[in-house]
Amino acid sequence: MYRYDEQDHKLIRERVAQFRGQTERYLAGELSEEEFLPLRLQNGLYVQRLAPMLRIAVPYGLMNSTQVRRLAHITRKYDKGYAHFTTRQNVQLNWPNLEDVPDILAELAEVEMHAVQTSGNCIRNTTTDQFVGVAQDELIDPRPYCELIRQWSTFHPEFAFLPRKFKIAVCGAEHDRAAIRAHDIGVQIVKNAEGETGFQIFVGGGLGRTPIIGVSIRDFLPETHLLSYLEAIVRVYNQLGRRDNKFKARIKILVKALGPEEFARRVEAEWEQIKDGADQLTPEAIAWAKRFFPEPVYKTVDAAHAGALLRDQAGSNKAFSRWLERNTFPHRVPGYQAVTLSTKPTGVPPGDVTDRQLEAIADLADHYSFGEVRVTHEQNVVLTDVEQEKLFELWEAARKHGFATPNIGTLTDMICCPGGDYCSLANAKSIPVAEAIQRKFDDLDYLYDLGDLDLNISGCMNACGHHHIGHIGILGVDKKGEEFYQVQLGGNASENASLGKVLGPSFSREEMPETIGKLLDVFVENRQPDELFIDTYNRIGLEPFKERVYAKAS
Amino acid sequence: MPKPAKKPVGAQPENPQRVLCDGAVVENQWQLLQLGGDEDVSAESLPAGNLILPLTLWLELRGTLQARKNEIGVWLDSDETADLIGDAAKELPLIAANFPAFTDGRAFTAGRLLRQRYGFTGELRAVGNFIRDQLTYLTRCGFNAFAYQGDQPMEGLLDSLQDFSDSYQAAVDQTQPIFRRRALA
Ligand code: HEM
Ligand code: SF4
Repeated sequence: MYRYDEQDHKLIRERVAQFRGQTERYLAGELSEEEFLPLRLQNGLYVQRLAPMLRIAVPYGLMNSTQVRRLAHITRKYDKGYAHFTTRQNVQLNWPNLEDVPDILAELAEVEMHAVQTSGNCIRNTTTDQFVGVAQDELIDPRPYCELIRQWSTFHPEFAFLPRKFKIAVCGAEHDRAAIRAHDIGVQIVKNAEGETGFQIFVGGGLGRTPIIGVSIRDFLPETHLLSYLEAIVRVYNQLGRRDNKFKARIKILVKALGPEEFARRVEAEWEQIKDGADQLTPEAIAWAKRFFPEPVYKTVDAAHAGALLRDQAGSNKAFSRWLERNTFPHRVPGYQAVTLSTKPTGVPPGDVTDRQLEAIADLADHYSFGEVRVTHEQNVVLTDVEQEKLFELWEAARKHGFATPNIGTLTDMICCPGGDYCSLANAKSIPVAEAIQRKFDDLDYLYDLGDLDLNISGCMNACGHHHIGHIGILGVDKKGEEFYQVQLGGNASENASLGKVLGPSFSREEMPETIGKLLDVFVENRQPDELFIDTYNRIGLEPFKERVYAKAS
Repeated sequence: MPKPAKKPVGAQPENPQRVLCDGAVVENQWQLLQLGGDEDVSAESLPAGNLILPLTLWLELRGTLQARKNEIGVWLDSDETADLIGDAAKELPLIAANFPAFTDGRAFTAGRLLRQRYGFTGELRAVGNFIRDQLTYLTRCGFNAFAYQGDQPMEGLLDSLQDFSDSYQAAVDQTQPIFRRRALA
């Protein structure tokens, strides 16, 4: 993975010192609340319902075991002994003291971590597919480009005070596991007819109050021009994006207002002026960035032997076979598999991990996966490079620490925001809804029979839980001070991205598990063999679901 | 560039006694001209001395101001883009860019474009409600003067100019992004 050099270290240390000064000035009353706000946000610090919240950046979701151990230590020393993995592949602390934040940042800096631009109206942490480098359907590994984008966007002097936050995601595989069409800019790595690497560029996606699926404004951008093209897009946005109304300030509103063709025309005109400038990614620069992501030293394994062993182990152990089926992912190197550690056992808020679990993750990464881990946008953790022969051992260890729940990709592997339990913007709680649904659908055979199904829950329309792009989405709404839940169907985060449609009137919290049950019944009764929920929905539409759910009891 | 989106209503920039210029606190030698409403302004009716005119007025009068070329600057409001000055920037001694609110970051782009696209070499001055913590970013976007109107001591501002000693990306002060410097090293 990318390692800091002296310059990175110095810059991040200077940032910590700057923020320490700002915090001191704020506590001494020299910096107003209003002035401190964007400064603390650009350092990841929110002020929340119960305490401040600190969002720590995990660039494109990648961490090494030393960093994970440091996080464990920080949660113990400065917080309540747990942390939260987010849909933006970052880590959040829910209970730090404001006074301690400069010290936390200093401790993070020692292990090449920070909280820069994890919030605020600037370019946020770039995200990507958690299986980069190992997925069989990957065309090109996005990490070197993500790192170049990280460096380009970090402390970008022109774009630190944009009209609104700005999110970039990169995908290098056929299957979009990074939800790039739900981002302000989505970068899809492609090859042209001549076999040259380039990028398809999507803009104007985003969730929240006005959910929109991004549109492609360029089919093939040559590799050299990635940064200048991003710069052109953000520059057009910085000049023309609305600043009079924060709900209309996102780039998606500008793209919609101008129309994608006109927006693209302006970007191209801006880009023409800068494309041959200093930001060009020379072959040397690309080669340099790629050096940080070398292929690990894989063993040459007897794949036939490893496969036979696995089949044996799976054959004689139902629980292991279930886990193997759901929580591992094929690897492009024979004899290896990627493993997802589930943070979604019933009764634990999705994405929450304790300090002990963090340490266990670090140990497992060291033992089984070259010391690296990935955070997924579904709030789980991935070890990408596990030898098949070691899977059984790893499974037993993961089980001991409580993250071997064999539910990846199923209904109970839901995305869920912190909701009313922690978040001061919430209209409703979301964690108890997740838990109630997990409790009702705890029969694994049934879950497996349903197949891959994305259930996403947000506690308000800010959509931190991605409810718009869940096959089933749940949104907390407030009706005269009471918490209700709206259901949406048909959202999709993948390359066939779509936004869910509202089913109808909302439900009380008690009604939610049963309502989900009725939706699933309609699916099971209508599905063709092996059809997934989203495909059945796309075939039969909203109506049959609606009829069942709102049918009068006879 | 066609007309950008509306600006939020913000206070108009002030004329502080002293400004920060090229790393030192100096007397403010320039008078920023505010227009109330529909005054009829002509080249003759302008006061004497160094003046910073609002963009619209300057566009209107520029043909008649040749004789005062070295004492007439222009200020851009945040909804006015650098291309409205364009190559004429080369001839101007001073351009000011207004921050109606420090969170309105449009002038950062204006600064870079004036310096890097339109060849402006004069004094580039931030006016209005920017804050001390933005000084390094402003400097990187080409600003060398700051008409600070907040209530913190100027000496503190000087400290903030030193917040960062290096940078990742290319801008006005550093023409090579870090990846180039590293890859070429
Ligand atoms: C508890 C403190 C949190 C606060 C105050 C908060 C606040 C917000 C706000 C105001 C938005 C709206 C942005 C917009 O209008 O586009 C938003 C969006 C979002 N937040 Fe959060 N959030 C919190 C926690 C989280 C967590 C825990 C996650 C991940 C699990 C998360 C991930 C996201 C994502 C993915 C969006 C989507 C916006 C988009 O793509 O348009 N947030 N958040
Ligand atoms: S969706 Fe709403 S309730 Fe949930 S974390 Fe985001 S802002 Fe808070």
